[in-house]
Amino acid sequence: MIHLSAAQMAAKLATGETTSVALTQAHLDRINSVDSGVHAFLYVDTDGALAQAAAVDAKREQGQDLSPLAGIPLALKDVMTQKGIPTTAGSKILEGWRPPYDSTVVSKLKANDIVILGKTNMDEFAMGSSTENSAYGPTHNPWDLTRIPGGSGGGSSAALAAFEAPLAIGTDTGGSIRQPAAVTGTVGVKPTYGGVSRFGLIAFSSSLDQAGPCARTVLDAALLHEAIAGHDPKDSTSINAPVPQVVAAAKSGDVKGMKIGVVKELNGDGYQSGVRTRFEESLELLAAAGAEIVEVSAPNFEYALAAYYLIAPSECSSNLARFDAMRYGLRVGDVDGASAESVMNLTREVGFGREVKRRIILGTYALSSGYYDAYYGSAQKVRTLITQDFNNAFEKCDVMVSPTCPTTAFKIGEKSNDPIAMYLNDIATIPVNMAGIGGMSLPAGLAPEDGLPVGFQIMSPAMQDQRMYLVGAALEAALLSKWGAPLLSKAPELAGK
Amino acid sequence: MSSLSRDDVANLARLARIEMSEEELVSLSNEFTVILDAVARVQEVAGADVEPTSHPLPLRNVFRPDVVIPSLSPQEALSGAPAQEDARFRVPQILGEEA
Repeated sequence: MIHLSAAQMAAKLATGETTSVALTQAHLDRINSVDSGVHAFLYVDTDGALAQAAAVDAKREQGQDLSPLAGIPLALKDVMTQKGIPTTAGSKILEGWRPPYDSTVVSKLKANDIVILGKTNMDEFAMGSSTENSAYGPTHNPWDLTRIPGGSGGGSSAALAAFEAPLAIGTDTGGSIRQPAAVTGTVGVKPTYGGVSRFGLIAFSSSLDQAGPCARTVLDAALLHEAIAGHDPKDSTSINAPVPQVVAAAKSGDVKGMKIGVVKELNGDGYQSGVRTRFEESLELLAAAGAEIVEVSAPNFEYALAAYYLIAPSECSSNLARFDAMRYGLRVGDVDGASAESVMNLTREVGFGREVKRRIILGTYALSSGYYDAYYGSAQKVRTLITQDFNNAFEKCDVMVSPTCPTTAFKIGEKSNDPIAMYLNDIATIPVNMAGIGGMSLPAGLAPEDGLPVGFQIMSPAMQDQRMYLVGAALEAALLSKWGAPLLSKAPELAGK
Repeated sequence: MSSLSRDDVANLARLARIEMSEEELVSLSNEFTVILDAVARVQEVAGADVEPTSHPLPLRNVFRPDVVIPSLSPQEALSGAPAQEDARFRVPQILGEEA
């Protein structure tokens, strides 16, 4: 049962073939069996999940109208607050904190009767591309436990690939939904900025952060997308407009006459040969499905990575100032006569990990007087140029596409001492965040040279998220008929307890 | 070629309120030479005629109606406090003894 898609599980719940309690218990058993090897979860809320499942089963028995995903289990990235449930954002500075409120995403999940299994591992404060920066140890890729599951949302992507949950929530600041999806053979969507509320999402870089759905199929992602999206008065940057019709698009998958723009600059040198092979094959399948493939150019994308590593650290140096040891979280050095400043300094030394400190210091530098114009100011201008590149390209095509990542999953530890090599993982995902548009990654197959999953990225204009679902559904269907079974059926069986 | 000395990093760490060991100051200063070289590329294309973008949405002055809505109770707000006293957050001394 755990190998079905969420939509298939929902159909079985609707016909009474199974119950949410049975479905939830099956996933809790799976977590209990395999998560010691995968380490996707930081916290499993066994009692809460079963209680929620029992409540939705009771509602169904009474004949109440239920949402399409009612009773389906989900894994929640630990960057989202959930009332009364430990929420750490992967950091020691929040160890043991139980938020007194629900994030809007969690409120919506609960309103849709989606069962929250627990909290998933992540790079500390979502800063990383491998989940190795978690203060609670790395997550392992279910395709090969010696490899990274991507990051920052590696716990969510690994939970999906290990069949510990059929749905998950991620957040994407520079690729943290899409890159983990790519390297685990799963689907991840970063909606248009402002499409999903950020209320209760522990902020990293506020102008880039966006929560979104993670799943094993395009339709499942669409169903979850519609469940969590929509205007929220608690988030002033939330878009007050109707949610794009992504479920209808995922069900249609009709790309006849659509123009698909291949980004010239996000392909070629620096991309692993198997990544390019799978990307070219996907383009052929989309052409066969009736889409027109065109080439588009985005000359300023090559500066996106540099601009991102100024903007995100600048915003994080400000956002993370709230971890001051005064109102919640860790407090160190509070001895008689100690000053607030010394308590703050000592707490932040102990509570923050290496990468978080590196980015706070970089952001503090980029924003300091005398350097502001040269660094943060210039990065903001690059952001304008990238947005212009997208606008120009979208005059020639309906969506843009590229490989999601330059390589397949690398080994745990391989890049952890080289920040620049690590940052290069996000070279193809970052432009989308800079412009605030939508991006999706879905599995394009396995790289022939290493047998590991490759991701195909689709980018759509702001508030046209349905376009990436159309293309994603078309490609998914074409690949499925080629493979005969979903990609994850090729993943090795995990040793259970 | 940009770089940050050990003392530069120490000053930034002080501004950012992070205590740092000597080892950490030195290694961060070494790393920053590489990182600053990489990010300085933004200066190659950022001409004077380009407007900066601080945010993807052109929003201004987003207000909500000025009505009272439920919020956290004092007990809830204090539920994560490292220390509390008389239904307030208890914090270390903020001013020096002589002040």
